[in-house]
Amino acid sequence: MNLYLPVAELSVNALVIVALGLGVGLLSGMFGVGGGFLTTPLLIVYGVPPTVAAASAASQVTGASVSGVIAHWRRGGVDWRMGAVLVAGGTAGSGAGAWVFRLLRDTGQLDLVIAVLYVALLGSVGLLMLRESVAAILVARGRRRSPPARRRHHPLVAALPFRMRFYASGLYVSPLAPFLLGFAVGVLTLLLGVGGGFVLVPAMIYGLGMATGVVVGTSLFQILFVSAAATLTHALTTQAVDIVLAALLLVGSVTGAQLGARFAARARPEYLRFALAVVVLLVGARVLLTLVWRPEAIFTVEAA
Amino acid sequence: MRRLAPAAALLLAGAAPAPVLVPDVSRGRVDIAYSFAGTELLLFGAILYPGGRMPGSEGGGGGRTDVAVVVRGPSTSIRVREKRKVAGLWVNADSFRYRSAPSFYALASSRPIASILDARTRAVYELGLDSLQLSPATAAAPEVQDRFARGLVGLRRGTGLYYEAPGAVAIRDGVLYRADVTVPARVPVGRFTAETFLIRDGRVLAAATAPIEVRKSGFERFVARAAERRSLLYGLVAVALSVGLGWAAGWAAGRR
Repeated sequence: MNLYLPVAELSVNALVIVALGLGVGLLSGMFGVGGGFLTTPLLIVYGVPPTVAAASAASQVTGASVSGVIAHWRRGGVDWRMGAVLVAGGTAGSGAGAWVFRLLRDTGQLDLVIAVLYVALLGSVGLLMLRESVAAILVARGRRRSPPARRRHHPLVAALPFRMRFYASGLYVSPLAPFLLGFAVGVLTLLLGVGGGFVLVPAMIYGLGMATGVVVGTSLFQILFVSAAATLTHALTTQAVDIVLAALLLVGSVTGAQLGARFAARARPEYLRFALAVVVLLVGARVLLTLVWRPEAIFTVEAA
Repeated sequence: MRRLAPAAALLLAGAAPAPVLVPDVSRGRVDIAYSFAGTELLLFGAILYPGGRMPGSEGGGGGRTDVAVVVRGPSTSIRVREKRKVAGLWVNADSFRYRSAPSFYALASSRPIASILDARTRAVYELGLDSLQLSPATAAAPEVQDRFARGLVGLRRGTGLYYEAPGAVAIRDGVLYRADVTVPARVPVGRFTAETFLIRDGRVLAAATAPIEVRKSGFERFVARAAERRSLLYGLVAVALSVGLGWAAGWAAGRR
């Protein structure tokens, strides 16, 4: 079923796009990641211009995270207070990200920096999660004794002033820590066109030491607001949001997100983290390949 | 320059009265709607000889009559970047800017263009992918210019935006011609031109131009315009759509 995309200016198979949205939505409901790190590269592979892909993926991330937030909120899995602090940091961070974006584009090395950042982030986050989840699975199977109780949170986090109680997260920490985390993720959202869940979730678990039950819902809450802001920014500056493409992706992803959230409620969290680690590492390896493999197109054209 | 082509043809033809081309296009407007997946343009027409006599019939000249048709998309200013392996990574190295490169270029001819016109004439009329006047805006050595021109042409050939179709023009009895030109789905919108050239004995005897308007229609036109002209509203609608759809799915799932 071919459909013409008015802003991307090409014709695509609508069912392929809906299926892509469904797959990404499943992951987003299951792991609390927006899925931008999958949608954008996959759309580009399908032939959608990179700017349109990033801009439209942002609105798909918004939709998937709304239904994800609702699903988790029903289970009491969102820490609103923590979410608000993260959103404040994320908004400030995306402003800073826009400035870095312009700087890099002017030097013509935006693609390279984006790809290297992808590899570094996906690689390190994936390996960290893989190690932790394998250890947890071994403990759960009784093959290994549970490790000595870990520190609640990173010593740097504990050193920050103005502590505040985050009841749902079971934390008594300075709001500066989640604010800075939100800021860093906001920069990434603008640079990479991703929601940042794959950075946010591990940072909340291993850095802040949040109660795992609210991590996914709260991360989706932050992604919801930051991706909506990114969509608006794209509509105003690059004018590359394709509403038809976004709608197709959304139809698939909101359905997938519901299914994913249900599955996540039943599945064992350490297995979920293991699966996410594998997906993250695979995508990272794919991006690394584009950097070291001779590209199909040596030349690229951009409007000037 | 395109306007000058008929005048140049007259000069080239010398004092003898030149034949005239009467071209037509199957469609003067291509509407891009939701199901657009590329289209075929039929370019056809007649060759009118002065006095109704075909050259060659009275023993002069002797060569064959050929027709070439060029369909061009609107020219845009572009930058072409070239990747190179630096320290094991493929990174953008050199770049080259062109002030006006056609966004679409299709050449249909009755025989391979190189066998009916010499390189100089091809360059004058921009006939053939190796004869495009890309108007470089970057100063560079000729071999660098060549490399980038080949890169650009190769890239757009791969997506069907540039191509040559020798043999795609059929001439009947030396008087009527027709050419089929394929327009791919990812064609840019704007004002296209179809130029027809009558070629004989290595010279362009006549040329004619017809406009083709490629535009989005209906809903597609409305959406593309809204994105350009009412970007804030468009962005808000996009956000509202995504929040609304997500909300609806969450609500529906909660009720079950």
